[in-house]
Amino acid sequence: MHIVVCLKQVIDPEITPKYFKIDPETNRPEISDTDLVLDSFAENALELAIQLRDKTPGATVTALCLGDEESEDVLRRALAFTANAAVRVWDEDWGNLDGQAVGHILAQTIASIGGAQIVLTGYQASDIEEGLVGPVMAEELGFPCMTHVSDLDVEEKSVKATIEVEGGYAVVSVPSPAVFTIISSETNVPRLPKVKDIRLARSKPIVLLESEDLTLDHERCQAGVKLERAYVMNREVACEILPGNDGNDLAGKLADRLLELKIF
Amino acid sequence: MSRILVFANQQGDGLSSGAKEALLFGSRLASSTGGEVRSVTLGPFAEVGAREAIAYGASIAYTISNPLLADYDVELFVNSIHSVFQQSGADILILSFDKMGKDLAGRLATRTGASAITEVIDFNFNDDKLSWIRPIYGDKAFGEYSTTRQKVVVGIRQRSQNEEGPDATRKGEIIEVDYTPTKDMIVTKLVVKIQAALADIRLEDARIIVSGGRGIEGPEGFNELQVLANLLGGTVGASRAACDAGWVPSNLQVGQTGAVVAPDLYIAVGISGASQHLAGITNAKTVVAINTDPEAPIFKRANIGVVADYIKVIQPLTEKLKKVLV
Ligand SMILES: Cc1cc2nc3c(=O)[nH]c(=O)nc-3n(C[C@H](O)[C@H](O)[C@H](O)COP(=O)(O)OP(=O)(O)OC[C@H]3O[C@@H](n4cnc5c(N)ncnc54)[C@H](O)[C@@H]3O)c2cc1C
Ligand SMILES: Nc1ncnc2c1ncn2[C@@H]1O[C@H](COP(=O)(O)O)[C@@H](O)[C@H]1O
Repeated sequence: MHIVVCLKQVIDPEITPKYFKIDPETNRPEISDTDLVLDSFAENALELAIQLRDKTPGATVTALCLGDEESEDVLRRALAFTANAAVRVWDEDWGNLDGQAVGHILAQTIASIGGAQIVLTGYQASDIEEGLVGPVMAEELGFPCMTHVSDLDVEEKSVKATIEVEGGYAVVSVPSPAVFTIISSETNVPRLPKVKDIRLARSKPIVLLESEDLTLDHERCQAGVKLERAYVMNREVACEILPGNDGNDLAGKLADRLLELKIF
Repeated sequence: MSRILVFANQQGDGLSSGAKEALLFGSRLASSTGGEVRSVTLGPFAEVGAREAIAYGASIAYTISNPLLADYDVELFVNSIHSVFQQSGADILILSFDKMGKDLAGRLATRTGASAITEVIDFNFNDDKLSWIRPIYGDKAFGEYSTTRQKVVVGIRQRSQNEEGPDATRKGEIIEVDYTPTKDMIVTKLVVKIQAALADIRLEDARIIVSGGRGIEGPEGFNELQVLANLLGGTVGASRAACDAGWVPSNLQVGQTGAVVAPDLYIAVGISGASQHLAGITNAKTVVAINTDPEAPIFKRANIGVVADYIKVIQPLTEKLKKVLV
């Protein structure tokens, strides 16, 4: 069984708004290299991929990333999680793709590396949150796609997926091959890789594929949306800080202010 | 002029809240661009939904009343909506980017060769050019996007639209579409569905929420918040940090990946105010922050701030309010 997990490198979502700036020339955040991390839901997907492999005899995990050289960090991280192989796809023309174009290219990459029985992605990347790559890949590959998946259980010819639905959750049996988009849950909390594995990961190969290695549709490699303008939100509210340090006194002042709202 | 088709999904007795938002967004778009709104509703009771969609602004409401569509199945819904999208000649398909919408948007766009734009909260229409506005970078910024293809699938962010009531006097036409989904399209099988233990008050509907974060330092502190919430007729919420720590169940999470709430009063206790958390309270009317750190970003969103250890404030606050309210 071949499991492919798609990993995106994103700007650290926890950067505090105070330090977050958009460069008006490029419409992109002003960042330094240290601000880039593996998308958190993709990391949940990676954890799940490794767990599934370890439970399934003969299974392998390939980590796949579309990105420039810098994004190899996320693949090294996957190798430190003991992924069996890492593939990076990149072309200089791909600086402004959207989720649909990424989905097309990743789908073709998966086809070119021999397909997969299980394809995992994060459910929405924490930078732009398009939430498109998984479903788009599924449509391209002709696979079914389940979104909001927290856990998977591999069976003979199908996979049991635990999915979050309106008002609760459901377990659904899905024929493989299939695409699953992963949410965080207590079962897929990313591990802390062992120091030994981190060291080993440094010398493992990362396969590089370029556009000429793939069978791509030129039209589908074009972004369907174009960012015309980006601007930082200013939602600052003038906060009335209640004066004082004594808890009891502050509680009294707060109670008065709350009662003034006349909503109780 | 734009031809707009809205997926008006039914849930329980009526249209889902997402469907209403999508229809209201569609109507707003239509009146700016001089277009008209049509809707599509699926399932044996589609006609009821169609009438509701008309009251929310659709002038033509398509239905596919096939009984196979009674329960949601992603393949059946993608095929059916795709067929109506094609037959209607619409160039803009609008749907709520709720759980179902997240299944559908990317697949429908790819199948129709349309652009896809998700988490949309607003649009701009200037000099005949239409652009879509959505939050980006965990709600730290807005992005304004144009599309490059003739058609576009638009996913509306949940709870981003002001809810207006329907207008039952509106007239429209209901058209049953000639499309027959078949059993063999279904590839997945439901094994079991488990309803989560329902909170007394749904966070989304709560008028008062007392929310706790990592600063609460454990499940015990949440009991205090619960007492205050009960007194005020509200409910308890939490940050992701508190949910991840296992202090409260994950269905109490407020924020980008949790519930998007719109209470009259939101009391954030021991919550720093990360943008992903604030994304869930954009529409809260009054926000109160109780936090030991005067620099915490929550004070930039709060209307009333208390810089203090919550342990010293919550109990006396509850006592004082109890005297007045009980
Ligand atoms: C993709 C993505 C999605 C996310 N989605 C969400 C989401 O939906 N919801 C969400 O909440 N987060 C979400 N997060 C996480 C978010 O970025 C923050 O990490 C999280 O909100 C922090 O929770 P917190 O404020 O409780 O904890 P912290 O940031 O650790 O803040 C704790 C606060 O408590 C204060 N404090 C400590 N002790 C006390 C005391 N005794 N009395 C009073 N105050 C005290 C501290 O000063 C501090 O400000 C998401 C992150 C990512 C990457
Ligand atoms: N450039 C990329 N390379 C590999 N995987 C990606 C890339 N972009 C998105 N993905 C995957 O798709 C998920 C959802 O991303 P998005 O559709 O951008 O919200 C991510 O969590 C990744 O798993």
